[in-house]
Amino acid sequence: MVQWTDFERKTIQSIFEKMDYDDVGPAALSRCLVVYPWTQRYFGNFGNLYNAAAIQGNPMVAAHGKTVLRGLDRAVKNMDDIKATYAELSVLHSEKLRVDPDNFRLLADCLTIVVAARMGADFTADVQGAFQKFLAVVVSSLGRQYH
Amino acid sequence: MQANHTCAVRPSRHSTSTHSTSATGYNMLTDHEKELIAKIWDKMIPVASDIGAECLLRMMTTFPGTKTYFAHLDIRPRSPHLRSHGKKIVLAIAECSKDISSMMVTLAPLQTLHAYKLRIDPCNFKLLCHCILVTLAAHMGDEFDPVAHAAMDKYLSAFAAVLAEKYR
Repeated sequence: MVQWTDFERKTIQSIFEKMDYDDVGPAALSRCLVVYPWTQRYFGNFGNLYNAAAIQGNPMVAAHGKTVLRGLDRAVKNMDDIKATYAELSVLHSEKLRVDPDNFRLLADCLTIVVAARMGADFTADVQGAFQKFLAVVVSSLGRQYH
Repeated sequence: MQANHTCAVRPSRHSTSTHSTSATGYNMLTDHEKELIAKIWDKMIPVASDIGAECLLRMMTTFPGTKTYFAHLDIRPRSPHLRSHGKKIVLAIAECSKDISSMMVTLAPLQTLHAYKLRIDPCNFKLLCHCILVTLAAHMGDEFDPVAHAAMDKYLSAFAAVLAEKYR
């Protein structure tokens, strides 16, 4: 089981409490599709992803970004058993969606950068450390049921 | 040794751009992206110690394994070692950004240094690159938009790949 320090728990709760999921979700997903264009392979039916402007204005991308962030919220609320919380989602991503688990890390990196841009100087090295530790657990749990 | 995967070849999405070929064969950056990159780093030069120290601190906090390379330095948050070392790194990246096509030539001495003296495992370059992106985002906010982020990620990946070229 993952050990969280008080600082890490407080930091994660605080970041997500203050976060606008409907802003950050779409921003993180669209950024991922722009910065790592091969991730677009999973969104063939999303319409126009031709360039950065199209991706950032695409309503299906925005809607899906919100879905992803709300999914992340489940881990925030269950920090002591993220693995179990995501067991079903992991199976879904592996068997139905067939997403290369490395993509979870790419999206996590984009989310980190979006949060850094929103928080500015408040996103200190220690806060980043806690945030990335949390995302690493999420990423690992989502990849857990792949075989 | 494999180049960082973020440098993989992909079709261009800019219909009216020109690609400049560099000696490394990397022609992933359009002229517009190169200008963007040079402009961003130009702003970092006067604050190179602050920015550099922040990048290193972020890396060592988030990825503790990287601390193993700094046993000879004082790496506490406001240490002069961290600032002077960080400054060196930022200035090298900034200098190179002024003429990205000449990267192979500009970085030749640093290639030798990293291959034969420092011997930092190249997987760590990715970690520092990521923390550089986070630092830029924290300082630039919305200005560090997805297009700037993509350009910068490509540049830093190319820089890291060139740095590791003499390893074997």
